[in-house]
Amino acid sequence: MSETSSVILAGVGGQGILLASNILSRAALLAGHDVKTNEVHGMAQRGGSVVAEIRYGEKVHSPLIEPFAACALGSLEQIEALRYAHVLAPGALAVVSRMRLVPTTVSSGAAKYPDDIGERLARAFPNLRHIDAAAAAEKAGNPRANNLVVLGALSMGLDFPEALWEKAIAECVKAKFVDMNVVAFSLGRRLAS
Amino acid sequence: MQELMSGNEAIARGAWEAGVTFASGYPGTPSTEILENAVQYKADMYCEWAPNEKVAFEAAAGAALAGARSFCTMKHVGLNVAADPLMTLAYVGTAGGFVAVVADDPGMHSSQNEQDTRQYARFAKIPVLEPADAGEAREFMKKAFGISERHRTPVILRSTTRVSHARSLVALAEREEHPPTGFVKDPPRFVPIPAWGRKMRVKVEARLHELRTAAELSDLNRVEMAGNELGIIACGIAYQYVKEVFPEAAVLKLGWSYPFPDATIRDFASKVKRLLVVEELDDFVEEHVRSLGIPCDGRDLVPGIGELSPERLRIVRARMEGRDTEAATMVAEAVDLPGRPPVLCPGCPHRGVFTALGRFDVVVAGDIGCYSLGVMPPLNRMDTILCMGGGVSVAHGIAKSGEKKKVVGMVGDSTFFHSGITGLLDVAVNRSDVVICVVDNRTTAMTGHQDHPGTGRTLMGDDTVAVSIEEMARCCGINRVRTVYPYDIEATVGAFKEELEAPGPSVIVSRAPCPLARKMTLGKPLKVVAEKCRKCGACLRIGCPAIEAADRRPSINTNACVGCGICPQMCKFDAIRLDQEEEERALT
Ligand code: SF4
Ligand code: SF4
Repeated sequence: MSETSSVILAGVGGQGILLASNILSRAALLAGHDVKTNEVHGMAQRGGSVVAEIRYGEKVHSPLIEPFAACALGSLEQIEALRYAHVLAPGALAVVSRMRLVPTTVSSGAAKYPDDIGERLARAFPNLRHIDAAAAAEKAGNPRANNLVVLGALSMGLDFPEALWEKAIAECVKAKFVDMNVVAFSLGRRLAS
Repeated sequence: MQELMSGNEAIARGAWEAGVTFASGYPGTPSTEILENAVQYKADMYCEWAPNEKVAFEAAAGAALAGARSFCTMKHVGLNVAADPLMTLAYVGTAGGFVAVVADDPGMHSSQNEQDTRQYARFAKIPVLEPADAGEAREFMKKAFGISERHRTPVILRSTTRVSHARSLVALAEREEHPPTGFVKDPPRFVPIPAWGRKMRVKVEARLHELRTAAELSDLNRVEMAGNELGIIACGIAYQYVKEVFPEAAVLKLGWSYPFPDATIRDFASKVKRLLVVEELDDFVEEHVRSLGIPCDGRDLVPGIGELSPERLRIVRARMEGRDTEAATMVAEAVDLPGRPPVLCPGCPHRGVFTALGRFDVVVAGDIGCYSLGVMPPLNRMDTILCMGGGVSVAHGIAKSGEKKKVVGMVGDSTFFHSGITGLLDVAVNRSDVVICVVDNRTTAMTGHQDHPGTGRTLMGDDTVAVSIEEMARCCGINRVRTVYPYDIEATVGAFKEELEAPGPSVIVSRAPCPLARKMTLGKPLKVVAEKCRKCGACLRIGCPAIEAADRRPSINTNACVGCGICPQMCKFDAIRLDQEEEERALT
């Protein structure tokens, strides 16, 4: 019904979701779209589960995405991908980093990190790219660039040319980090192709 | 020119464009980033963090009385603290424009309650504006100053989490200059002693009448006519959800919701067959619509607890159409996922205090800040939380009630300056036998690390006096004041033991800077030596997210560990140490 595209990014506070969201919304803006995003600030960021929602199209009203309406999901951690799986349209692209961050609820023995996470992801997301983003980030020269690798892989399913992404990255990060981020991003693209 | 901005950035921008010269506030999610962004315009606009919201409000009021355009920022509960000056500034009125920006947190993402700030506008008989996105936030901010000056009234701009923290396109303009006109002595105007206050009281009613007329004519309220089957009155972010879920409905968008534009509401209602009010939190507009004798739906269909979303409005729509109202279910693979609640960071100094306090059977009255997380397992070391500063006064009350257990009050550094000091005076003067622990991490951590009166730095980036918590405590009349280093667990336990045993009140200042704020590590990452570990689980009871465990076998995530040295103090078997290479390097 609506022409608005919605993308959801999930992860853990401190993983750099906000930067990924900035770059994606900047790319949508450069492509000439109306854009709205929603991000999490405050208490939830202290190592809690966080999401960013990015919506773009001709005219966007709500910054929040409805269930089963996102055209792509990127997750920097495995269980966080499942936590927001119900936001993704059935069969749509999911890029999930193989990163496993054990929550304190698991360490304290109150809960269990699912052993079958790989199978669960494969079942929940028929169109899954389960990528080793950490290794790619390492290769790009910064183990924390997991976010850019995932964004790069996700970009394969979004309709913007690569040059526009690079421009968006350049506008969102400090000059001295542009090259590293672009490398991480293109390694991500390669992982997804 | 257009920019992608959050609502909070846009509010700061709007203030600057409106020619504001004074801004004050106290951090609080979701309002914090307004002043953090406002300070980029510091060449034109003075910006400061005040010790609390009451002070921020009063300071901004002072600037407005001197003819400056001024504003203050706070979260919804902050306005409770500032309610005193609010209620009387509504009488006194302003000379320069004055706007109180208050951000509500429906759904309590980062708050202890839900409150609808619009009720305060009605309570104080002043206007409230409700932007629906960042673009409007900027525009409404500018219009708020016009309304304030034209009617000599304070104005509230009410934001909510999804307005403040959502980003959208904002059209930018140049700044208009409104230099302060200077203070003009006029006691009957500015001094509400009873004789003059009674005259002000009458004026407030007359002003409300004028404001109602202005609201009727204002383009902040607009009708988007479509079909006439369904008409929806919507405020704030709820408008966006309505446009998404009811694209065919006629909409009366109230950007200036109080004083209610009765004629506009009546006219709109008369043009549609069915009327629905969609608003977040209280049934503020709906109740009024009903009081006008206009039948409508609202809270009977739209939930008033928690925040709205397009998803929740879909359910409303389904119900209106007599369809099944099932909420979207989680996918099957997501059931039983372990929760990931926020936790104290690796190396957080508060962990040391909670670990030490865990050795005592005491009642702990807590307060608001990162350390509120100490209430959660595995630390479990906080028993009450009420409000900012409540850690001190609640502890006093528990102790004075005759409670058999000893009582500890816990308060953060920023919270101590905010409103812990007055509670401490109560403790000292009325002699309760409590231990007040000020967890001083040299910053206002939870809201993203803002300065406060103890840090020695202003929001404008200048060096300033750093107020000493210890001296402050002594000035309040506390004789036993001491400082501990919270990473030294035994010393911290010892300090608590002595102070709990000593008669009379004491203050323990636990001082170590927040490592996240300084982006610092305290040492090299540690590791668990597998052969030595007996899986006793002691290190897991401090809740450090860098210690991961499977079947009670701990391991340390070296990317996350900041080497604070707390966990080795838990281990009786000396199994946690620097990794071997590091050890050798340290020996040579
Ligand atoms: S931000 Fe600072 S004070 Fe807050 S939990 Fe992290 S380390 Fe502790
Ligand atoms: S030393 Fe221990 S308690 Fe401190 S950050 Fe590292 S793992 Fe956590």
